[in-house]
Amino acid sequence: MAEAIIQMRDVNKWYGKFHVLRNINLEVAPKERVVICGPSGSGKSTLIRCLNRLEEHQQGNIIVDGTELTNDVKHVEAIRREVGMVFQHFNLFPHLTVLENLTLGPIWVLKKPKAEAEQEAIKYLERVRIPEQANKFPGQLSGGQQQRVAIARSLCMNPKVMLFDEPTSALDPEMVKEVLDVMVELAVGTGMTMICVTHEMGFARKVADRVIFMDQGEIIEQNTPDAFFDNPQNERTKLFLSQILH
Amino acid sequence: MQNTIDTAPNLGLMANMVIWLRDRFFSSVGNSLLTVLSVWLLLMAIPALFDWGFTRASFYANNAQECREAGGACWAFIGEKYRFILFGTYPFEQQWRPLIAMLLFVAMLILSTWQRLWNLSLLVLWIMSLTTVAILMWGGIFGLTYVENSSWGGLPITLLLATFAIALSFPIGVVLALGRRSNMPVIKSICVVYIELIRGVPLISLLFMASLMLPLFLPEGLTIDKLLRALIAMVLFSAAYVAETVRGGLQAIPKGQFEGAESLGLGYWQQMRLIILPQALKIVIPPLVGIFISMFKDTSLVVIIGIFDLTLAAKSSLADAKWQGFGVEAYIFISLIYFIFCFSMSRYSQVLERRLSVGQKR
Repeated sequence: MAEAIIQMRDVNKWYGKFHVLRNINLEVAPKERVVICGPSGSGKSTLIRCLNRLEEHQQGNIIVDGTELTNDVKHVEAIRREVGMVFQHFNLFPHLTVLENLTLGPIWVLKKPKAEAEQEAIKYLERVRIPEQANKFPGQLSGGQQQRVAIARSLCMNPKVMLFDEPTSALDPEMVKEVLDVMVELAVGTGMTMICVTHEMGFARKVADRVIFMDQGEIIEQNTPDAFFDNPQNERTKLFLSQILH
Repeated sequence: MQNTIDTAPNLGLMANMVIWLRDRFFSSVGNSLLTVLSVWLLLMAIPALFDWGFTRASFYANNAQECREAGGACWAFIGEKYRFILFGTYPFEQQWRPLIAMLLFVAMLILSTWQRLWNLSLLVLWIMSLTTVAILMWGGIFGLTYVENSSWGGLPITLLLATFAIALSFPIGVVLALGRRSNMPVIKSICVVYIELIRGVPLISLLFMASLMLPLFLPEGLTIDKLLRALIAMVLFSAAYVAETVRGGLQAIPKGQFEGAESLGLGYWQQMRLIILPQALKIVIPPLVGIFISMFKDTSLVVIIGIFDLTLAAKSSLADAKWQGFGVEAYIFISLIYFIFCFSMSRYSQVLERRLSVGQKR
């Protein structure tokens, strides 16, 4: 059994008085695909945002690829190089072209020469099936295209883990499939470790190794997709599934 | 079956004109009254102005008496005094030097607006031209007689003070804005105190303080040139306003941009330089250019510490006993000069905004 690439031990977080993460214990193995679902306010986004220090946990340990996440800036920056993130609202840089968005990280953080970074960027753009958009600005693309650019941007950093924070929630329905296809190809084709917060249960069934259900800051249930959807154990899980699978 | 596409009937030129006028000038009672009032004001003002400024004006006159007899504007006064207004107390025969220096300076400013030149070569060009300007203005070498800067005056002073004040206050203001938003309490407090202190006092008092108090803080024997003191005061003043404007721009950047940059592993200064500041500065171009335009005109306040800028030169030109009473002409002349520079800055800012908005909704 390979050493877990992500370990969360007794992680607790408060927003002021509000206890948003309660005693989270989670281990993710390399190449594992984990889908986290749950009602809104359950802390799922907060959980994955703690993994690259976009949020700070107050108690417990988070260890990513052997490095512990603390206030040490060097650790944080090292971890961020290994962990890529795709956001619900894309967070592309509007003043740069698509190609520049992709090559920014490799050039300035990984110190790659510009030509090499651009070659790799085009490769990833082909991977997400929009190589012809390289010289456009994000504002000129559709939502689905922007999210695919965002995925390509994270991939250009060659991360070990990819975090997805509700990547399709802000998209028009007809564009959801094109993004999910890219994510499926990523999971199946490259064996990337993926942790995905999403409501797309079809995607979870197809690709996930494990589905985790969170409610009110706690992990309530986790299981393989088939067991999770066909045979939920906990009452709250059953209630949630009945609400979203209609 | 008839072709049912309706096009607006073509009523002919006269009818179209009437409709156009009616919609724009007489669309309601209020608008009609305003139109009538405006036209009346224009009819009162423009012919009179034209009459004063051109018809009855004297463009050439041998002395003030002739000018006054003509009754209109005395542009001959400007013809007589323009060298004094433009160059102040700079030695008369040497005035070709500040002329060339200023032409070079303005040419460099215009060249700097060309975006393709924004790299190291521009810096080199600036260093070379500033050296040339310095040599021309001060002299002392290459056979030029030495003219110390207390004899400089007029437009060169205004241009040099304004340009250096703007150029230096901008980076300082950006750093102050970043500092004020910092999480480190010491840095944040220093920036807040500085900004609020400076914004609480008028520029005139800063100029006084720089002129009178700065020498007190310096060790014995070390004096700072008066022009430099004025420049320091103006830089300190402008930086505070630039800081608050830039801070407004920084606040307008959505948190997602910071998170996107952080998730890529970019460090703080990399984030600011590559992602945040380009966007924030673009947003605040309008108020920022407004600050710079104000700074250009605020150079006229240095009369208070006895520096001979364009405004003081105009004022002094009126002291001539032989040419009395032509204040209007003198101030119209320098107003025109100020207007040319300020309006150019304003136009350039619009060009810059348009250029930087490629690919985005405006």
